[in-house]
Amino acid sequence: MNALVKEPAVIWTDVGAVTDIPRRGARRVPSPRGDIAVFRTGDGQVFALMDACPHKGGPLSQGIVHGAAVTCPLHGRVIDLATGEATGVDRGTGCAPVVPLEVRDGRLFLGLVGG
Amino acid sequence: MTASRERLVVIGNGMAGCRAVEDILKRDPDRYEITIFGAEPRVNYNRIMLSPVLAGEKSFDDIVINDAAWYAEHGITLHAGRAVTAINRELKVVEAEGGLSVGYDKLILATGSDPVRLPLPGADLKGVVTFRDLDDVDQMVAAADAGGAAVVIGGGLLGLEAAYGLARRGMKATVVHLMDVLMERQLDSAAGFLLTEALAERGVETVLSAQSEAILGEDGRVTGLKLQDGRILPCSILVMAVGIRPNTALAKACGLPVGRGVMVDDQMRTGDADIWAVGECAEHRGVAYGLVAPIWDMCRTLAAAITGDDAAAYEGSLLSTRLKVSGVDVFSAGAFAGGEGCEDIVFRDAGRGVYKRVVLQDGKVAGAVLFGDAADGGWYFDLMRQGADVRDIRETLIFGQAITEGLSGLDPSAAVAAMSDDQEVCGCNGVCKGQITTAITSQGLTTLDAVRGVTKASASCGSCTPLVEKLLKLTLGDDFQAQTGPAPMCKCTHHTHDLVRQAILAQELKSIPAVMQAMEWTTPEGCASCRPALNYYLVCAWPGEYQDDKQSRFINERVHANIQKDGTYSVVPRMWGGMTTPDELRAIADVADKFSIPAVKVTGGQRIDLLGVKKDDLPAVWADLNAAGMVSGHAYAKGLRTVKTCVGSDWCRFGTQDSTGLGMRLEKFMWGSWTPAKVKLGVSGCPRNCAEATCKDVGVICVDSGYEIHVAAPPACTSAGPRS
Ligand SMILES: Cc1cc2nc3c(=O)[nH]c(=O)nc-3n(C[C@H](O)[C@H](O)[C@H](O)COP(=O)(O)OP(=O)(O)OC[C@H]3O[C@@H](n4cnc5c(N)ncnc54)[C@H](O)[C@@H]3O)c2cc1C
Ligand code: SF4
Ligand code: SF4
Ligand code: FES
Repeated sequence: MNALVKEPAVIWTDVGAVTDIPRRGARRVPSPRGDIAVFRTGDGQVFALMDACPHKGGPLSQGIVHGAAVTCPLHGRVIDLATGEATGVDRGTGCAPVVPLEVRDGRLFLGLVGG
Repeated sequence: MTASRERLVVIGNGMAGCRAVEDILKRDPDRYEITIFGAEPRVNYNRIMLSPVLAGEKSFDDIVINDAAWYAEHGITLHAGRAVTAINRELKVVEAEGGLSVGYDKLILATGSDPVRLPLPGADLKGVVTFRDLDDVDQMVAAADAGGAAVVIGGGLLGLEAAYGLARRGMKATVVHLMDVLMERQLDSAAGFLLTEALAERGVETVLSAQSEAILGEDGRVTGLKLQDGRILPCSILVMAVGIRPNTALAKACGLPVGRGVMVDDQMRTGDADIWAVGECAEHRGVAYGLVAPIWDMCRTLAAAITGDDAAAYEGSLLSTRLKVSGVDVFSAGAFAGGEGCEDIVFRDAGRGVYKRVVLQDGKVAGAVLFGDAADGGWYFDLMRQGADVRDIRETLIFGQAITEGLSGLDPSAAVAAMSDDQEVCGCNGVCKGQITTAITSQGLTTLDAVRGVTKASASCGSCTPLVEKLLKLTLGDDFQAQTGPAPMCKCTHHTHDLVRQAILAQELKSIPAVMQAMEWTTPEGCASCRPALNYYLVCAWPGEYQDDKQSRFINERVHANIQKDGTYSVVPRMWGGMTTPDELRAIADVADKFSIPAVKVTGGQRIDLLGVKKDDLPAVWADLNAAGMVSGHAYAKGLRTVKTCVGSDWCRFGTQDSTGLGMRLEKFMWGSWTPAKVKLGVSGCPRNCAEATCKDVGVICVDSGYEIHVAAPPACTSAGPRS
């Protein structure tokens, strides 16, 4: 371990209320590392992924949300919201990185890596 | 009573307090001299059965757990109607109302919870009640006897049971819920939808996504509830059922560690070794529970620990919920969040109003929602608690325990083989298994269509198709050739588009969840291909009435632009019949400059495409274009896109008629309409066909004597060609 390399600190950032996102909807949050897609499912679960489809970078935040998955608006890959992985026949072809997300008192906090 | 016995004092004569005492007596009946304080002036009763009491389905006597004789028999001193007011830990004494003080060696806190009262204006009016004890029920019953309307704030388990009870007693009951799904913490939206309908049938109306603003009153009595959107719901009784707060006042006052509840360790001991806490007032590993099942677990552990079993430990509970509304079977347990290896199994039976969803994760049951038939709730919950591997019974899991265990070890087609000949296969046409197998063998049928033709089985709604196919396979063996009939809409259903559209009209289905239930969708909420289709069919079938679902529209239709490979958008303003003006062109040029739009292209449909617009700029781009009098060309829509024209008789020396004018009229007539797929038109002024009208969905060629109309020859009959 190199003492000079610091663990990057996670900075929790309030990005809005859970209810700002309609059920079966998503919102896009810009970040220094690229856009982040925050999803809310029909059952009220929330997830965050980097807003880039593992296929050709399509903006997942613009897709249709169904169950705990989103269909990419570009070529219709179905991405699992919990893991960011492509599903079905595309399984194993890559994944959109998961972004840490916490709900506190109805507000959404994204865990952004600072440093 | 022998003086040598230790003194045990219990504060709280409710579910937890008395169960703890029962469990202690079972283990060591003579160990303690027991005193119980209860703030309520009555013996111990089953609080969860207050709902059926309210509904008039049970009486108070029916729900008493321990009557006076029980206390006497076990030598327990009960101080009912006497709340404890303080605990003195130094002297080991509790003080109660009326100046009574009692010393203890061991003390159990079982004070339960208090219902949360919203701090709304008017919350202190008469007739504003909560739902926690028998006094609350008495107040509600009195109000119901006078008739009128009731409002319940809170669409959770408690609120719904209150509203149902009041409706049963003849009141007009309305539940006001902050969220858009009832019991949203236990149900998914499909089950929530069914619950809303089932309650409506039982006289309980629901107002979802509603914020309460103020309680209105007259002469000190409630008269109604005002919502933030201005609506007023009149009522003579208002029930607040918005949650509970652990009752920790005594513990806090005597300095015990308190979080949400009184903090306890795995033996249910508080920060003081002689004081224990159990039930809803306790917080264990960060959780304060609000249901009885965990309380029974806690009481068992407490009883063991307090009678000397140091190994006893409570490790927390998994929860399941069942709604107690007669005739409405609702069960929920576990989680429905998706995740790695998560899989939904959905079963719907429209005829019986059944919806079942079991969520599997890594081959184990992770959660279940059952509506309409909750008989197997306990079984799923057991499988979940055991962490049982259910991969081997996956095929039949959703049909429940009886079928699964009846068939274990057999292959799936055994279920079909095991059916008796007079068991019904096709419910629509009343066809039994025997009729089908007989028809197959005696008439030499080999295909699904042939079976449909001869027996009518699977010829109506189609939901028995898989079963009929299995019968064919079973009867014919290798001779059976799976056949592809009309393709289903998508993998969420086995119905075709046509059938779904017919059903929407015939059964008056007016929302996406209603269609999914009636047509027995196999997923909880569809996918990206059926949802937009259903939304479209519903808009067509119930114009004006159906509320468009934005979340079921493709992004292009939501932002009036066309998503491009890099996530930017293209914007195409409408140019009627391909005609434009210098002003329009200037406005387009200005927009392109102002928003640094990287590419401007003339499309094949005689319009101008602005490419590479950033999503955030779209509203401003459209505002500028609209200000210049231009509207969307719907270059992304399943609707009318472009009408391509030539200049016709206005300018062309060959023109027989005004093809430009006709094109513009057609475009103005049809634009903005929704169609199942994109539609493009063309109008040429003579057979030279400069507008390429013969390769459009509808093409008009003007001739001297009239028009030649060409239909259905588009160049790209694919579903979603994006442009022009
Ligand atoms: C209408 C209704 C329906 C319900 N339905 C269900 C259901 O279907 N399934 C389910 O699992 N759960 C249900 N519950 C929840 C369940 O009843 C509670 O989880 C359970 O009663 C909690 O037990 P407890 O002993 O912790 O609290 P309680 O049963 O509330 O007992 C606490 C007692 O302590 C007394 N007390 C408080 N402070 C003092 C004091 N200072 N001195 C003396 N006495 C005091 C109170 O008066 C009360 O009698 C329902 C609850 C209600 C109200
Ligand atoms: S189609 Fe006929 S009328 Fe139209 S521009 Fe061509 S030649 Fe002229
Ligand atoms: S023909 Fe249409 S769909 Fe194909 S690349 Fe061109 S614009 Fe795209
Ligand atoms: S970029 Fe998402 S499917 Fe192609």
